[in-house]
Amino acid sequence: MSLITPSLQIDGQGRLRHFLTTEGLSQALLTEIMDVAESFMSVAHRETKKVPLLRGKTIANLFFEASTRTRTTFELAAKRLSADVININISTSATNKGETLLDTLRNLEAMNVDMFVVRHESSGAAHFMAANVPEHVAVINAGDGNHAHPTQAMLDLFTIRRHKPDFSQLTIAIVGDILHSRVARSHMHALQTLGVKELRIIAPKTLIPAGVTELGVKIFNHLEPGIEGADVVMMLRLQRERMIGALLPSAHEYFQCYGLTESVLSAANEDVLVMHPGPINRGVEIDSRVADGPKSVILQQVTHGIAIRMAVMSMAMRTHDGGSAIEQPN
Amino acid sequence: MTGVPLLNNRIKIQNGHIIDPKNGIDEVGDLYIEAGKIVAPQPEKFKDAVKIDASKQIVCPGLIDLRAALREPGLEHKGNVQSETSAAAKGGITRVVIEPDTTPVIDTPAVVELIQQRNHQAGLCHVSVLGALTQDLAAQQISEMGALAKSGCVGVSQARENLNDLNLWRKAVAYASTFNLPVFTHALDSALTDQGVMHQSAISTRLGLRGIPDCAETVAVASQLLIFEETQSRGHFCNLTSNKATRMVGRARFDGVPVSSDVAIHHLFLTHEHLIDFDGRYLVQPPLRSAEDRQGLIRGLKENIIQAICSDHLPHEADAKLAPLDQVEAGISGLETLLSLVVKLAKVGDFKLNDLLAKVTSEPAEILSLNSGHLAIGAPADVCIFDLNATWKVKGEEFVSQGKHTPFDGWELPAPVTHTFLDGRLVYQK
Repeated sequence: MSLITPSLQIDGQGRLRHFLTTEGLSQALLTEIMDVAESFMSVAHRETKKVPLLRGKTIANLFFEASTRTRTTFELAAKRLSADVININISTSATNKGETLLDTLRNLEAMNVDMFVVRHESSGAAHFMAANVPEHVAVINAGDGNHAHPTQAMLDLFTIRRHKPDFSQLTIAIVGDILHSRVARSHMHALQTLGVKELRIIAPKTLIPAGVTELGVKIFNHLEPGIEGADVVMMLRLQRERMIGALLPSAHEYFQCYGLTESVLSAANEDVLVMHPGPINRGVEIDSRVADGPKSVILQQVTHGIAIRMAVMSMAMRTHDGGSAIEQPN
Repeated sequence: MTGVPLLNNRIKIQNGHIIDPKNGIDEVGDLYIEAGKIVAPQPEKFKDAVKIDASKQIVCPGLIDLRAALREPGLEHKGNVQSETSAAAKGGITRVVIEPDTTPVIDTPAVVELIQQRNHQAGLCHVSVLGALTQDLAAQQISEMGALAKSGCVGVSQARENLNDLNLWRKAVAYASTFNLPVFTHALDSALTDQGVMHQSAISTRLGLRGIPDCAETVAVASQLLIFEETQSRGHFCNLTSNKATRMVGRARFDGVPVSSDVAIHHLFLTHEHLIDFDGRYLVQPPLRSAEDRQGLIRGLKENIIQAICSDHLPHEADAKLAPLDQVEAGISGLETLLSLVVKLAKVGDFKLNDLLAKVTSEPAEILSLNSGHLAIGAPADVCIFDLNATWKVKGEEFVSQGKHTPFDGWELPAPVTHTFLDGRLVYQK
């Protein structure tokens, strides 16, 4: 099946133009993103937490869905790269007045924005924007519908790599609402490309998407057998609205069957990493003792999010600056 | 009548390869037209008739398209009777059937009359009208079908509006059959569709788009088939998409249930995989399904489970597709590619051209109980001439239709239409 997405987000020399999805990206590029992020890790500990890579650039954070963590880390990442940042929370402004996404985009373009970081409730929204912006503008997907959340996936992989560098040795289990999870989809593509030993998804049958085994995962419908021998357990946030209707009977039953507790976690490997993209629902998908326990790397994920976003933004902007070395101010 | 020059009363189409599926004609010859009808050969009388040289061309009955939206009244920013029937004439189509989901809804004779009046002014294509099955298509109260039948409606339909109340459905179907009106139905259960955007599969999973499972179609087809059977009422399934539903309709027909069915031409060429890059030109409703379903539909045509192929023409303004995929309006502009795609399908799908032309001429005429879609003496001179050996490149932006979206953009297709006659009048010439 043909996939033209790579040509939309990759330029002729195989470099990142936009960052829309982890699907179709090469192992080399995924590794490069993590390597660049690694080089940015020290910035946070400097007295001046800034590098001048994107000085003079304007980045618009376009959030059509509410988000605190993702928007904040994107903003911090942009600022640490010395870019000017504007935050636009659109769920309460233009589109409610009937303005289309395209009109919003055109208006912001007219203000000479160099990069859009976009979160939107429609799957494919970031693709749509990338296909409709001028050549010199980059689009970074900060989550589109149920489709992709590539920076979250990359920061999770980065976190894993810092603890367990060889993906070919790892059994990774993703637990929870796979059906509605853009994060899980981005994990699946990236982890397959990085050659993970085994990727499992664990959820009741109502939350397993159609044909998902074609993405190379093994399905488990029960938690304990699913995390047996796992090196990494990634918990997904369960949205409250999933409790209504036919997908799940109650938060109580969900926690009983799929909540990660210390006793269940003992089925995993001794040095298992527990991860969660946040924000966590304590007592719904994860017990506080696990979330705050020694195996949890949840707060590291947040820290790493800044480095990964710095990496992706600087790499994409580099391509749009004509491919030369990043311009250093005098 | 506007635009197109009228010819005199007598026309002789000479040396064409005449294909008339209904009457089993498949030979080179002359076609005589007088006073809007096909007449017996009278070489003497036609000496000074207007002559059309059709040598090396195919001469066939004008196409009958069982489903095309003209968008008037109510959605004139998407199309109107004049623009869309011009597109039909260019596509060799001499009759389109329109659904009642206009604004206002076609649930009274007045709206039928309005549309026919507009169409008479345009004079480019016959229009057959489906009346609304329920008043305002609101699925509350059955419509005045007696009056709709009298005003010339060829059937009734709920269009693409929901009607999940099977009791209402059963009564509406029985009432329709009182007036010998077939019920045209888009069988798709809205609860099971569950706000889906595309076929439910690994592709919808990858794209993060809500999927429409097969059972949204099969469950609706099953329950409606049982009701058509029980009430012994005529039903017509519009737009079958899945292999399973096609098999079910086939079994019911074998058992003598009085139902027919059609398929949209794009379902015979495209599958859900075409949506892989969020390209809104492939967004249609009901959705494109799997390769296996596509093969099942083609088999359904061969086994005559599916009698008709339609364009399912749904023109949109440019903005309707300029949005993320789940906000894009479904539907494509299909009138101008229907014939060429049918001819292409005959070539690539191992069909006899005559058999496939029957699916856009005589078979739909039969579903509509019309003496049309063939070239026997006395039949209306609705004729299409096309060049089997030439090709053309599809360019949506050059469509006559106001709708410029086509998933076939850039395709090299056979069989450009060279002439279209409507009641013996030349309404399109290349």
